[in-house]
Amino acid sequence: MASIETLSQPIYVYEKPVRLWHWINALAIVALAVTGFLIAWPPVVTSGEASDHYLMGYIRFVHFSSGYVLAVGLVGRAYWALVGNRYARELFAPRVHDAYWWQALLHEVRWYLFLVEEPRKHAGHNPLAGLAMFLFYVLGSVFMIVTGFALYGEGLGSGSWAANAFGWVLPALGGSQQVHSLHHLGMWYLVVFTLIHVYVAVREQHLSRQSVTTTMIDGWRVWKDDRP
Amino acid sequence: MATTARPETFYDVMRRQGVTRRSFLKFCGLTASALALGPEFIGTIAHAMETKPRTPVLWLHGLECTCCSESFIRSAHPLAKDVVLSMLSLDYDDTLMAAAGFQAEAMLEDTMQKYKGRYILAVEGNPPLNEDGMFCIVGGKPFVERLRYAAKDAAAIIAWGSCASNGCVQAARPNPTQATPIHKVITDKPIIKVPGCPPIAEVMTGVVTYMLAFDKIPELDAQGRPKMFYGQRIHDKCYRRPHFDAGQFVEHWDDEAARKGYCLYKVGCKGPTTYNACSTVRWNNGVSFPIQSGHGCIGCSEENFWDKGSFYDRVTELNVFGVEANADKVGLAAAGAVGVGIAAHAAVSIAKKKDHEKETQE
Repeated sequence: MASIETLSQPIYVYEKPVRLWHWINALAIVALAVTGFLIAWPPVVTSGEASDHYLMGYIRFVHFSSGYVLAVGLVGRAYWALVGNRYARELFAPRVHDAYWWQALLHEVRWYLFLVEEPRKHAGHNPLAGLAMFLFYVLGSVFMIVTGFALYGEGLGSGSWAANAFGWVLPALGGSQQVHSLHHLGMWYLVVFTLIHVYVAVREQHLSRQSVTTTMIDGWRVWKDDRP
Repeated sequence: MATTARPETFYDVMRRQGVTRRSFLKFCGLTASALALGPEFIGTIAHAMETKPRTPVLWLHGLECTCCSESFIRSAHPLAKDVVLSMLSLDYDDTLMAAAGFQAEAMLEDTMQKYKGRYILAVEGNPPLNEDGMFCIVGGKPFVERLRYAAKDAAAIIAWGSCASNGCVQAARPNPTQATPIHKVITDKPIIKVPGCPPIAEVMTGVVTYMLAFDKIPELDAQGRPKMFYGQRIHDKCYRRPHFDAGQFVEHWDDEAARKGYCLYKVGCKGPTTYNACSTVRWNNGVSFPIQSGHGCIGCSEENFWDKGSFYDRVTELNVFGVEANADKVGLAAAGAVGVGIAAHAAVSIAKKKDHEKETQE
């Protein structure tokens, strides 16, 4: 990889499947967080017979189907990391073996501490963003998928695919109730990530030397100046 | 005296205890249905009981409250209870047997020698390990020594109740006596965990009968519990489940929903996280179980249930942080702090940008 991006020409960074995945995934996470919160603090129906309503059932249905979207999406995204362009791989593999990457990471941290006047150009993720994506999003969503399917397997019953594949998680993490709590905590981990993610994406769009939010819409990284 | 050379069978014991042939066959039928086996197994059970040498059961009591024994002797399965109890009293159970003191200890020795490697060891309670086990002395010795001694030649061990299976309340934080579940002390024997505080009587007799009749351990799950009784959550078979799916919840103990018998999920019922047979087998001859009586499940058959926050909260306190807070309090605090941080950072960023623009204009 080139040590410093000097190109002034736009670069096609995020291919169509990556952008599609990003936005579907964003919707799934919103649906998961809202319904997950409602599963912990359910709204109450007061009227009629039980057979007249299925509110909790619908909430759980949305949660489980969005969970499948998240999980299948992550698998699909991992596949695209193998067959897509080089920027598609960054999400899963922060370049921690690269000395320049660490130096650029430090520069980015200083940029966020207002210690340098301007950030460097990065065609893909800047190192700080890449590291945050990996630590928060990749590890966070893998944790949520694993614990989520472990809990889902409880409802499907022993012998179901989810119980067979992920049932071991429950005793390993201290039992069903503990896994519920950790799964709930995991939601907050991703909420915190989302807050930061949206803020820095908008901030970088306006204050950095390159396009950021628009790149996830049309795929092109556009530079605001032609200095290195 | 018509003694024979062949070893005593279960059937012999039952007849000697006054059980008729007719009652014996009823027992076989009831056992088969209790274990969810087909009618063809009645003959199998009867044949095994008539021909196989009986397996003695030794029942030890460690650090416990005897609620398991209390539950056991209230089994609604009278024949199973009579048969199993009469067999137990033949061997060793210091709470139930007629013998006491040296006589009782002699019977323990006798059975251990005579049936070396063939007897079942049932353990109620657990050994405290702190201070060399001095917190629980049985027959003049620390219970942990007695447990190791009796386990040495056992074919299998049944860990009765949450004490033996998980440690239960005496192992709750900070666990001053270092009460330790059986499987962490005895590691070289098959252990069947029958958790619950206490376990359901029919579950207990069912497990013992299965092992006596089939001479093997029932199928266990990954945590060592018999699948036939611990394969599902209370929630999966709860009669109030339709109210859960509908969204009809009790929110206060005196509200209309409580009187109507709606789901107790929001007042902390642990049915969705507890594996046990309460909602199907029920208690006291199948009369009721906690949820049916209007109180949520407290999750007594789950590991460390006493250290997992209130019985009355759905989103329970987390102990992992060393502070009392649930996932939402932790999450909201984190999200709030990040939100404030973002707002401050954004303000500085905008101010910086304006400064910069001013400078470039000048």
